[in-house]
Amino acid sequence: MSIRVRIERRLEVSPQTQILAILLSLFLSFVVIAVIFSFLGVEPLNAYRRIFLGGFGSIYGLSESITKAIPLLLAGAGLALSFKARVYNIGAEGQILMGAVVGGGIGLFLPNLPRSLLLPLMFLGGFLGGAVWGLIPAFLKTRFRVDEVLTSLMLVYIASDLVRYLVYGPWRGPEQRGFPYSSPFSLSAQLPHLGTTRIHYPTLILAILLAVTVYIMLFYTKFGYEIRVVGENPSAGRYAGMSVERVVLFVLVLSGGLAGLAGVGEVAGIHARLGPPEGISPGYGFTAIIVAWLARLNPLLTMISAFFMGGLLVGGDAIQTALNLPSATIFVFNGVILFFIIAAEYLTNYRIKVEAVR
Amino acid sequence: MSEVPAAVLMKGITKRFAGVVANSAVDLEVKKGEIHALLGENGAGKTTLMNILYGIYRPDEGEIYINGEKAHIHSPKDAIKLGIGMVHQQFRLVQTHTVVENVILGTGNGVTFNEEEVRQKIVELAQRYSLAINPDARIWQLSAGEQQRVEILKALYRGAKILILDEPTSMLTPLEIKELLQTLRRMTEEGNTIIFITHKLDEVTAVSHRVTILRQGKVTAVLETAKTHKTELANLMVGREVLFRLEKQPLERGAAVLRVEGLEALNDKGLVAVQDVTFSVYRGEILGIAGVAGNGQRELLEVIAGLRPANKGKIFIQDREATYASIRERIGMGLSYVPGERMTALVPNMSIAENMILKSYRKSPICKGLFIDRQVMLDLAKRLIQEYEVVTPGPDKPVKLLSGGNIQRALMARELSQEVDVLVVAYPTSGLDVGAIETIWKILLSQRSLGKATLLVSDDLEEILTLSDRVAVMHNGEIMGIVEAKEENIEKIGLMMAGALKIDREQWV
Ligand SMILES: Nc1ncnc2c1ncn2[C@@H]1O[C@H](COP(=O)(O)OP(=O)(O)OP(=O)(O)O)[C@@H](O)[C@H]1O
Ligand SMILES: [Mg+2]
Repeated sequence: MSIRVRIERRLEVSPQTQILAILLSLFLSFVVIAVIFSFLGVEPLNAYRRIFLGGFGSIYGLSESITKAIPLLLAGAGLALSFKARVYNIGAEGQILMGAVVGGGIGLFLPNLPRSLLLPLMFLGGFLGGAVWGLIPAFLKTRFRVDEVLTSLMLVYIASDLVRYLVYGPWRGPEQRGFPYSSPFSLSAQLPHLGTTRIHYPTLILAILLAVTVYIMLFYTKFGYEIRVVGENPSAGRYAGMSVERVVLFVLVLSGGLAGLAGVGEVAGIHARLGPPEGISPGYGFTAIIVAWLARLNPLLTMISAFFMGGLLVGGDAIQTALNLPSATIFVFNGVILFFIIAAEYLTNYRIKVEAVR
Repeated sequence: MSEVPAAVLMKGITKRFAGVVANSAVDLEVKKGEIHALLGENGAGKTTLMNILYGIYRPDEGEIYINGEKAHIHSPKDAIKLGIGMVHQQFRLVQTHTVVENVILGTGNGVTFNEEEVRQKIVELAQRYSLAINPDARIWQLSAGEQQRVEILKALYRGAKILILDEPTSMLTPLEIKELLQTLRRMTEEGNTIIFITHKLDEVTAVSHRVTILRQGKVTAVLETAKTHKTELANLMVGREVLFRLEKQPLERGAAVLRVEGLEALNDKGLVAVQDVTFSVYRGEILGIAGVAGNGQRELLEVIAGLRPANKGKIFIQDREATYASIRERIGMGLSYVPGERMTALVPNMSIAENMILKSYRKSPICKGLFIDRQVMLDLAKRLIQEYEVVTPGPDKPVKLLSGGNIQRALMARELSQEVDVLVVAYPTSGLDVGAIETIWKILLSQRSLGKATLLVSDDLEEILTLSDRVAVMHNGEIMGIVEAKEENIEKIGLMMAGALKIDREQWV
């Protein structure tokens, strides 16, 4: 008697299977990362314990995880929408930075406006900044059929060079003694925090509201229906008289805009000034890709996945200092998880059967 | 007497899917060297049964014997080892690869094959079974009939002695069908065994030796073809009498609802596919377009639907020019379109209900403000499922889970239920069982009596003559003539289809 493993195509994927797939892919990622830890001479279980405790094991850790979940949620909910339309916006990082530039710029140059006017204005500007950064790949895709993966990614580097140019050049604060920072924002350009934490709650509330709105739009409105149809089968969309171009344009602009809001939240809620791009966003736009897939492109579930990934980032930071790991560790982490999540996405369409054969 | 064991013996096969029993204790015996037809309504479980034999699905219960020996078929690989080959309802060829490459693919020889040897063998097989094919052509350059030959060659190349063909004729032209049936006969003469799924009773009586009939997952009869006839087969299949006696009220010519003038269009390869096409379809009329598939019918319909630009000429819907109107505007002007390529009009991964609103989601009652009313959507879907007898556990199931014929019914249900003035319908009954054909025909005729103007493309002359008031014949992108749909015009129609007759425009009816 022997054991045989077979793969069978599965036509219907139940919710249980989906959840199982997510858990399994996370588990496998952790196994692979454990191997990497061992190579780095770190005892994996110890590392995981520290990560977990760092991200979720204390009030401080939790508050930090929520803080980091804010940009992840804003960008991730938008990306879920975009990926649902099979539009692969992977440039949220650049859109976050552009949101920070425009929103932050408004804060810098209109410091004396009353807070109740200035903050909304900054968010609006940030949304537009991110939206324009989404509009460019959308335009290139609909007009010249240029792949949005390439263009949106290239725009990340342009945005980051632009930020660098600004903070080293024209926007550098005179009092910063040569360091690449703008002058600090006026008080009315800064977001309030929850107690002593760094949770800038107006952005958090905005993020939750928007994630819910995106969800409702996607599954309950006429336009969301068009997005799903075009994503699943563009030729059927065209046949029904839908404009595929309009869908591409809309999802890129909206996901760019949401990422832009995240950028405003970071500069007005955390840094209170503009600084080098790595400081404004240590890769939130890329982690948001994982947030979207981990939520299986369901904008509501991005609330959970953003919190989870936020916790991992915080825990990752904690072990980097505690265990003296290279700072790129967290990127390896991200990469491995993304790999397994995408693999699971593919594999849930198949059924793996283990059976005994005589 | 020394019994030759059956080539295929399936015993007590049961297969359940969530909510459906696709096969229930099915017995199937196929003798060596015979052509065995598998007949049954849409959703009767024919494809499922064959997928089990080919190792794509595992049965929940039951046993399979191949040439008298118990077989454990866990995957198509096992099936191929046992000499079983299958040509699926939808072809599975790689469009950008050549014939030779497609034959090689998946044989597990991808790395080490000698292309010259393979080509030799393909040419040899092709000659032996008169399957004319250019081994170096790329798949996208081939017609449906040629692609099918590639699928058959692929199976033969892998050593198939038992060949399963799932609705092989639904995409073929009459000539191609004739050639295919001849090939099948040749193959059995050489000792091969064939299982042949079809809905066309003519084909069953023409080539098969025996027939097994399935209904709702169960075997209802096993017959010798020589001892039965079409009416009996039809009755056994649907469980009631199929009359095909349809009432068609005579027509008084109304206003022209769809008018095209001097239309010209290109096909995907950039060649002229539609040339100087002019006709009108009147209120309450069905205009049939007869012709061998691939003579520009598809392109013509796409131009009318707005999916393909017109090079020259004009289109009018209800006297309003629509030549440059967007697809959406044409839908708004009252145009409904059922394309021959069903999947371009459906979203397989979305639910039946969501597919049912593809044309009406912008309007009340489905759309309330910005929102889609899910309750109204579900009610609509339930109603259509019932009215058009779509076999499915429920409206929330994805369309891709439906059987081939039920996909077709769902699409027809949506398009025929729109409140429109013009119906443009391609091959409305291809792949449907006789019961469903009768239903669809009745629906098309009732739409006609409601005053709709229907443009009907079909390669089935019986269908054209039964339904149409007038018949336009298309050949090489041109309309060869328009005649009344009467039995006595059959010869003329045939000649025009072959391109041997062209009637002066003054004499068109
Ligand atoms: N993978 C699946 N999951 C769930 N249901 C399925 C699956 N495959 C088939 N079915 C259901 O099983 C039944 C039988 O389907 P099958 O495709 O075998 O029918 P068929 O006889 O080939 O019909 P047709 O003539 O329309 O092609 C149908 O009700 C179909 O919806
Ligand atoms: Mg079938």
